[in-house]
Amino acid sequence: MTNEPLQETGAADAATPMVSFRKVTKSYGRLVVLDSLDLDVAEGEMVSIIGPSGSGKTTVLRMLMTLETINGGVIYVDGQPLTHMPKGGQLVPASDRHLRQMRSKIGMCFQHFNLFPHMTALENCMEGPVHVLGLSKAEARERSEQLLEMVGMADKRNQHPSRLSGGQQQRVAIARALAMRPKVMLFDEVTSALDPEVIGEVTNVIRKLVSEHHLTMLMVTHQMGFAKDISDRVCFFYGGRIEEQGTPEQIFGNPRRERTRQFLSAVKEAV
Amino acid sequence: MLDWRWDFTWDILPRLIAATGNTLLAAGLGYAIAVVLGLVLALAQRTPYRAVTIVVREAVEFIRSTPLVLQIFFVFYVGPQFGLRLSPWAAGMIAIGLHYAAYLSEVYRGGLESVPKGQWEAATSLNLSTARTYFRIIIPQALPPSLAGMGNYLVGIFKDTPMLSVIGVAELMHTANAIGSETYRFLEPYTLVGIIFLALSLPTAALIRVFEAWVRRKLGMY
Amino acid sequence: MSYLEFLGQYGDRILSGTLVTILLTVLASMLAMAIALAAGLMRMARSPIVRGVAVVYIEIFRGTSLLVQLYWIFFVLPLFGITLEKFTAGFVAVGMNLGAYGAELVRGAILSVPRGQWEAALALNMSPAKRMVRVILPQAVVIMLPSWGNLLIELLKGTALVALIAVTDLMFQVKQINGTTFLSAEAFGTALIVYYVLARFMITPFMRWLERVMQRRLGRA
Repeated sequence: MTNEPLQETGAADAATPMVSFRKVTKSYGRLVVLDSLDLDVAEGEMVSIIGPSGSGKTTVLRMLMTLETINGGVIYVDGQPLTHMPKGGQLVPASDRHLRQMRSKIGMCFQHFNLFPHMTALENCMEGPVHVLGLSKAEARERSEQLLEMVGMADKRNQHPSRLSGGQQQRVAIARALAMRPKVMLFDEVTSALDPEVIGEVTNVIRKLVSEHHLTMLMVTHQMGFAKDISDRVCFFYGGRIEEQGTPEQIFGNPRRERTRQFLSAVKEAV
Repeated sequence: MLDWRWDFTWDILPRLIAATGNTLLAAGLGYAIAVVLGLVLALAQRTPYRAVTIVVREAVEFIRSTPLVLQIFFVFYVGPQFGLRLSPWAAGMIAIGLHYAAYLSEVYRGGLESVPKGQWEAATSLNLSTARTYFRIIIPQALPPSLAGMGNYLVGIFKDTPMLSVIGVAELMHTANAIGSETYRFLEPYTLVGIIFLALSLPTAALIRVFEAWVRRKLGMY
Repeated sequence: MSYLEFLGQYGDRILSGTLVTILLTVLASMLAMAIALAAGLMRMARSPIVRGVAVVYIEIFRGTSLLVQLYWIFFVLPLFGITLEKFTAGFVAVGMNLGAYGAELVRGAILSVPRGQWEAALALNMSPAKRMVRVILPQAVVIMLPSWGNLLIELLKGTALVALIAVTDLMFQVKQINGTTFLSAEAFGTALIVYYVLARFMITPFMRWLERVMQRRLGRA
């Protein structure tokens, strides 16, 4: 592993948050999924999002990745509005160009990996660098091989996803996202589709990212122990809003809200 | 350049509309043959006699992979060679009915295979006869998944009837050809034939979708 | 006349007709695939005008008969100043007809590529065109290949109709032989067998082979 930084140097100074939700609202018809959400994530911070299903936690990540539109409010990434752009003193809906520029700051890993089945592990990682960033094949290969090495998948680089286990696929997916050098990494229930015995190989990779790199990360997870171990901050979502947030020690050790306590004890019983 | 003649159009329209009746009749008769014969071909492939299954299977494959227009010629001309004279209508109906029976047998087969094995086991456990099992248990469940395919082939047989013109069945295409050779005008008759086909096949396809939804609802399957 | 004598006498014409049929099939297939891809993609375009053009094309060619389309292209199109030589008119009609059916296969296959693939491609910041070409289409091809096998057999059968505008394909040759000899069973029967062999022992195995190759590219051999 080289010590090359995984992200380009940030434009935002330490004072501005890397990610910032301002009164963001999302609804499907009459169903309100997110209700005027305010959330700041500092550069280099690791924030875990927990909560019951339907509480809107996955939507937070999907909106950041522009996979979902927003109905109200503004999201800022690295100091710039994500789905809007400034024009004539106002914010107007972003052009495709602006969206693409903003997306380049964000990487995402999915619950079901979503590796491209017609490409090998290495080709999956090289796809973005070559065809989006315009790197030469040699550069892209070098970068991808380093990352596959880091996630422990170098020996399987020429395998297609159908030949890999879920844990292996997820590690390749992490390498693929990192190959784009994002400033913000999103992990959407990345261990939920995995067999229990391979969850560790994926969480270990994320642990390594947290300890060795200065990435901003948002993680939706059901692995409470994992969230407790590695997060700088934990947000408990309930009914489309943040019910409670704080340090892992505070949320898991001394939750202040009744709903948080109920949720955590229900999760504990399930285990 | 293009000169569409409306007076000529009005002249020939009654003839074409009359011929449309024959087209619909041919499609209807052919489809009736195909629906029944197709079921026979499908069930024949489910008998325990391997020889029957294989022969029918190959015959269906053969019919499906060779051109209908050639089959129409074959049925029409081969009879007389052996002293059996068939009218254009009879030959045409045999050929097109058989052709679509082969297609429909595949649709039925797919439908029958989609019925879970457990349904057979349940029927056996109730000691139902094979015939009763088929007609009361299996076919009603095989029908809804078959309806889309059956509908497609109904529209398909309708659109294939112009091929019957080659042996002189007086349907739409034949009439348009006759008008063309009498008047040396092709623009109006061929265009009108196209429009008539479009005007009939598009609504039919839509109706079939409605009917399909209705049957599913009726049978309590969504 | 024994069947062997029949083959001896007319074998050459049947063979030359078969070659014309194969050539027609190849040319019409290529045209059909190109049209299917273009119309299938246009059918999903954002612009309602582009979408409308594709829908009209697909509905007209699927809603009328190939024979009507063939006659129209051969007899009516010259009145618009577009005269196609009969061989060209033949494969163009067949290709345009089957292309309309193929367009629906293309659309269906694209829609059945899992949504996660679109999302992952977007998360990699790929442009819409790159997403389609690099990620979606390669997977859609694998999904639609089996249906194309059936479509190509329909296409082969469709080429028999061009005999009716006097293209000297297999159908045309055996019709001529039947007209002069009245050996209908031999003439038409031989043609039936040739079409069957082309469909069952050439198109089908070729498509199976192609499916295997594509599956292997997905690492699922």
